[in-house]
Order: sequence, then structure tokens, then C-alpha cells
Amino acid sequence: MTIKRETLRKDFPILDRKVNEEPLLYLDNAATLQTPNQVLKKITEFYQKSHANVHRGVYTLAQEATQAYEQVREQVAAFIHAANAHEIVYTRSTTESLNLVASSFGELVVQEGDEILLTIMEHHSNLIPWQQLAKRKKAILKYVPLTVDQTLDVHAFKQQLTEKTKIVALAQTSNVLGVTNPVKKLVELAHQQHAYVVVDAAQTVAHHALDVQDLNVDFLAFSGHKMGAPTGIGVLYGKSELLKAMPPIQFGGEMIENVTKTTATWQPAPWKFEAGTPNIGGVIGLGAAIDYLNHLEMSWIAATEKKLMMHLLPELQKIEGLTIYGPQTVERHEGIVTFNLAHIHPHDVATGLDMLGVEVRAGHHCAQPLMAALGVESTVRASLSFYNSIAEMDRFVYALKMVKEFFNHESE
Amino acid sequence: MSLNKLNLLYRAVVLDHAQHPHHKGEISQVTQKVTLHNPSCGDDIQVFICVAQNQISEISFEGQGCTISQASASMMTDVLQGNSVSQALSQCEAFFALTMGKAIAENQKEALGDAAVLGSLAEFPMRIKCATLAWHAAKMALEGTLK
Ligand SMILES: Cc1ncc(COP(=O)(O)O)c(C=O)c1O
Repeated sequence: MTIKRETLRKDFPILDRKVNEEPLLYLDNAATLQTPNQVLKKITEFYQKSHANVHRGVYTLAQEATQAYEQVREQVAAFIHAANAHEIVYTRSTTESLNLVASSFGELVVQEGDEILLTIMEHHSNLIPWQQLAKRKKAILKYVPLTVDQTLDVHAFKQQLTEKTKIVALAQTSNVLGVTNPVKKLVELAHQQHAYVVVDAAQTVAHHALDVQDLNVDFLAFSGHKMGAPTGIGVLYGKSELLKAMPPIQFGGEMIENVTKTTATWQPAPWKFEAGTPNIGGVIGLGAAIDYLNHLEMSWIAATEKKLMMHLLPELQKIEGLTIYGPQTVERHEGIVTFNLAHIHPHDVATGLDMLGVEVRAGHHCAQPLMAALGVESTVRASLSFYNSIAEMDRFVYALKMVKEFFNHESE
Repeated sequence: MSLNKLNLLYRAVVLDHAQHPHHKGEISQVTQKVTLHNPSCGDDIQVFICVAQNQISEISFEGQGCTISQASASMMTDVLQGNSVSQALSQCEAFFALTMGKAIAENQKEALGDAAVLGSLAEFPMRIKCATLAWHAAKMALEGTLK
């Protein structure tokens, strides 16, 4: 794989296209990251040269495909510093990973009257599975609120943790506030109360190096498509002994050991959770995406995105009538900034920006309880990535000012 | 960079309706009311109607939203007020067709009044839901009166 930081934009041909006759300025990287050529090439090569089903055939092709599929598991384990590749379960997405933990592990450990502790900044995918589990089990769902500076209230977190807390589920990085939570410390606190910790790393995995052993999390979920892999492949990391105890929730081919007319036994983890033909092409793409990020180096990615945010945030703060949600300091901001312009609906802002080639997200960002806590229905969100440039940040600010002027002028 | 294309969507009449909506607020006599939710932005819109002898004697709406949803709701109340239930239902259908870029008869277009300018939405497919929400609520309310 040849990758040069200086020319990396060439790896993403989509960045050269036009939108509404303007050069594309893609600022919805938190929704999904664009896919580099190297990943696409790897997938194509796989289909052209080694495609076969995995864990089934005894022939050469099947063996090659199985080997490639399992090798990526090693790669994922190394990427997030898992102790063992068997702690890596392939899923469809973060959403499916979190549902798997809630339906299998949650079902196992949560009883009536127990507590599940979430934060108010959770994405719906790390909220509804727990909400529904709590309903089924008659367990109590609790939410850690925000502080006045709109970051996680660690003090309240401590207070809400009790000996009844069985599971703590939280985002490592908020997809709205752009803030990263002090996961290591929170895990320590949770473990003191013998609670298990489930971390949604969807917004962290492509931006910071992850070390699940250092964080000491029990489970961690992320999606390939937010790190340059195709859609439809995700990961659940779980500690060996926990995965071992968990029952499978999907049944079928690949996941069994022996089947009779009335009984069945399972493969060990992680395979018992991977029923049916998996997304093999997606796994290959995930491996290539990890290669890509590793070549750039996670520390370089983090520093590059920080530089962009250091440029962008103060410029946004200068715009009159613009309210930024989440922390106001660059230090606590990842490459995500969520805001509103006074008297202009987020959808109108996003349509205006779109006309100028700038693609941002408007809506509730799958975090309605958070929107309610912020006192808004919806917001605009811009999220950057390592392939964005300082010039693009300037162009975004300029476009935003034009949109603001358009609507303010029109309303006079 | 230019915002010319925006003028196509945000015509003066659209902005005017959004800033000074007609028939906003609950009416005193309500025979049907329907609330609909726009899942993409979280906005709610409520439509109130008063129907007597198959005739809409009054119609109004309530709720916050984007320029398009507010303007469209306001235009809708102007269009449907005073019409028979069946006439209003066919106007809703004509509006749905128009925003989806389908051709509708000239007289149908005329009957849509100011709302006819929202035909430009066909160029902004992501925003069609914003415009049609109030009309869907009205349609449900009207169908409710037929039961
Ligand atoms: C914080 C967070 N959690 C979970 C998800 C869900 O990811 P996916 O839709 O890939 O399952 C997202 C992205 O949409 C996210 O930003």
C-alpha cells in the first residue's frame, strides 16, 4: 500500500466531484467517512482473486478466503490493542454490536430492580437497546446529565453509580457535542461498583488510537464505514470471559458445532455470534481501512484534525447569532461542531450550504434526548476529517456567512 | 459561490408566509386535529379543522419548523379554507404530485394558490417531507371526518 500524506486527497476521488456546480466540500464525516482507493482496490482484488465462502470449503479458495477473513480479525485486535483476536466479533455496524451486547449480555446480567446507567449524550443506537432491555427486565434506566459547559457531569456520574448498577453504557466521543469522555476514569469508577462498561467508539475509532486494555472496557463497538471501510461491517470487542458466557442471539450456519433434530451446540466466541455467511468483502475492506489509517498514523490524524478545529472554532465563534453546542474550547473538541444560527432553521441552513457545495448534517443526529437537554429540536453539524484542509474551513465559514445573510436579508 | 438557486426555493412569497404565517394557532371549534412528526428534524406540526356539512369552515396549524414547513402550512390553510372535504382531499393529492415533480393540470395548479410555487421542491427532494407534512396532517384530519 503506497500512501503519502501530502497527496492523500488523491486517494478519495469523490472529493474532486462537484455538487450543485460547486466543488464538493464534505463535512459530514461523522456520518460516514469517504472510502479511499486503497480500500476499494483491496476489495476488488479479493473478489477477482480469492472470493469464496469462509469456514466451509476444504478447497484452496475457501481456505484463502477464510485466512484473509481471520487475518483481519488479528488486525482489528492489534488496532484496538485487544489481548486476543477471539475478542473481536464481526457485526454489521455499531448499532448491531450494541444490540448484541444488550440482547445477549444484558439479558444475562440485568434483573428486575437493577440499574442501567447511560449518559444523556448517547446516540439512539446506544440508548434504545438499553431502554428496551430495561423495559423487559423492569430495570431502572438512569441518565448522567451534562454540566453547564455541556460536557459529561462526572460528579453526577459518580453519584448515580450504585451497587445496583449492572451496566454502564456510554459514548467515548459524542457525535453531537464533539467531546470525548474520560472513559478510563469512568470505567474505573464503574468497576468499583462491579458494573460492566459498554463503550460506543463509533466517533473515536478513526480519530484517535484506541487501547481497550488500557481503558479496561468490557465491551466496545464501532463501525467500519466511519473509518474508511465500506458500510455493512462493524465490530464488537468483548473481554474473552464475557463473550464466553454470552449466548448467541442469531442461529444458522457457521455458528454451530453440532446439530441434531432436537439440539445444537455452538462454536466458541467469536464465531458463535457470526451466524450465516458474513460480510466477507466488508471484512477485507475493514482490514484495508486499518492499513490505511495505520500508514497515516493515528497520532498524525488526531493532530491534523485538531489543527483544523483550532482554525475553525474561533472563526465560527465570531459569527454573530451563532450558538455552538458542547464545549466552547478547542481543547475539548474533536472534529465535530454542532451549532444553530439564530432565527434560521437548521434545515434551511443545510439547504443553503448545499447550494454552495458544502455538505453538512441538519437534524437531531439520532440523539433526541440530548436535543431535549440542549433545549432544541434540531441543529446543524459539521464534522471534519484528516482529508479536509484549512482552506476548506475558510470556505465553510464564508459559505455560512452567505447563508446567514441570505436568510437575514430576506427576512427584513 | 452563489446562492441564486436558493431563490428558486425560497421565493419572496415563501419567505413571507414563513415569517407571517396565516391561520396559525388553535381555532376555537375543532372537529378534527392531527399531529405529525418530522423524524428527520424532530419538528411537530399540528393541523386543526372544523368541518360542518362536509365543508371546511375553519382550518389552522400550530408548531415550529423550517421555512418550508411553515410556509407550506400557511399556504395550505389559505387554499383549503372554505372548501368541501372531497375538494380539499383532491387538492392535497395535487400538492403531493406537484412536489414530486409530476405534471398536474393547469386548473389544479391554479387551485393550489400560493402553494403552487412549492413545485420547485422537486429540485430539492430532501426537503419534500418538510413541505408535505402539514398537508398529510390535513389529509388525515379530513379523512377522519369521513368516518
Ligand atoms: C456515536 C455514534 N454511535 C453509534 C452510531 C451508529 O453507527 P451505525 O449507524 O454505523 O450503526 C453513530 C453513527 O451514526 C454514532 O455517531
